[in-house]
Amino acid sequence: MKRMTLLVLITGLLSVVLSGCGYNSLQVQEESVFKAWADVESTLQRRADLIPNLVETVKGYAKHEQETLQAVIEARAKVGSMQISAKDLNNPEAMQQFTAAQGGLSSALSRLMVVVERYPDLKANQSFLDLQNQLEGTENRINVSRQRYNTAVSNFNGAIRKFPASLTNKFLLHLERKEYFKAEKGAEVAPKVTF
Amino acid sequence: MNRSVLTSRLNSVAAVVLFVLLPCCVSPLAALEVPPLTGRVNDTASMVSEQTREKLENMLEQFEKTDSTQIVLLTIPSLEGEVLEVFSMKVVEKWKIGQENLDNGALLLIARDERKIRIEVGYGLEGRLTDLIAGRIISREIVPRFRNGQIDEGISAGLVAMINAVRGEYKQDGAGSEPAQDSDPFGLIFILIFAFIFIGRVFHNKPKTAALSGGLSSPVLGLMFLPQLGFWLLALIPVGILGGLFMSSLSIASSGGGFYTGGGYGGSSSGGFGGGFSGGGGCFGGGGASGGW
Repeated sequence: MKRMTLLVLITGLLSVVLSGCGYNSLQVQEESVFKAWADVESTLQRRADLIPNLVETVKGYAKHEQETLQAVIEARAKVGSMQISAKDLNNPEAMQQFTAAQGGLSSALSRLMVVVERYPDLKANQSFLDLQNQLEGTENRINVSRQRYNTAVSNFNGAIRKFPASLTNKFLLHLERKEYFKAEKGAEVAPKVTF
Repeated sequence: MNRSVLTSRLNSVAAVVLFVLLPCCVSPLAALEVPPLTGRVNDTASMVSEQTREKLENMLEQFEKTDSTQIVLLTIPSLEGEVLEVFSMKVVEKWKIGQENLDNGALLLIARDERKIRIEVGYGLEGRLTDLIAGRIISREIVPRFRNGQIDEGISAGLVAMINAVRGEYKQDGAGSEPAQDSDPFGLIFILIFAFIFIGRVFHNKPKTAALSGGLSSPVLGLMFLPQLGFWLLALIPVGILGGLFMSSLSIASSGGGFYTGGGYGGSSSGGFGGGFSGGGGCFGGGGASGGW
């Protein structure tokens, strides 16, 4: 009888102590970092998917802008070849390469959008306007998902350093801090698309 | 330690506290505040006439009744330097328009002085009210009318177009779907066990008091962890009485020294009701379109 009570006591105590020390919440928080990253990736994919159409449409009107178009195509190819998996999120180098590739695409796109200003026919084209709309919306989604990812990362990174969860992590979970998804310099501003 | 040293210490502590807290108090004021959600038509910039306001309010209410989708209008006098998209995201994150899990909310935001328009679309409506359609609603329905000075007509046409765009998408679910509540049966069981042990230790030679406090504390704890039990919470009273009795009759040999039961649990609270209308907990991911006139 006594042994039974003691067993119940110890099991109960252990679970309360562990949950109080973040054993569960740390894992939940790490999972929410992964989820936020999945959202970032899907919005980035959405942008990449828009580009072939955009390039085709612009090509028809702006034949003299081969160079700018080529830069966009190349930047997109580079982005496509560089995926980052959830377990690479704690790898600063992988993250930096990924950010650089995405930033390259952002700046190539914004250059294209500046060039486009010179072609009134193109700007009046309905399918181009539609693409512009979608691109603009996608850039906004990227910003939102990036911001949410960074918030999730900062919560998680903070949580694994806070006492007593830091001990739980150090001795039991061994979760690593995650990298932020920083905007490349010059790419913080979404390509300005004005009518 | 004499008195003056103590006061000067206290002063310096107060100074430090103030210094640390000051930035926290000041920074939110710098940014544009999200106005409170007062209804479906939130016309803080006074752009809409009284009749139109009523008409729109009724139209949007009807629409929510039939389709459960929440569409809300907000006009603001000025963005005060804030970026349109960032501010509109703040608004929808605070208001949480749309039903929880369906995320079927949309916001039409108009900044009067900047002459800017944004349609912000919840996750659940992105399939129907795409960025493309939102952009067309702005550039074809709203902007031409605004340019002619027909503000009421422009806003009405925009909202009607938004309704038409999303119509039918969540019809079968209807309004008034129960928001899901957090439940934690295992948390409750653990906390109850610990409450009984605690009670048993404190009142180990007073079984009646232990039974009473067990009976009282159990439904309270139950309310915190499983509020959806409703009347069944009362069933926890005998459980608590028995638990208290049982634990107080056991003499648990253990040394003194209190223990902490892990805190950090809390009931989920839904957003406050403002004038009979509140957001249902919908999420937004930045979908939508912007424009200006």
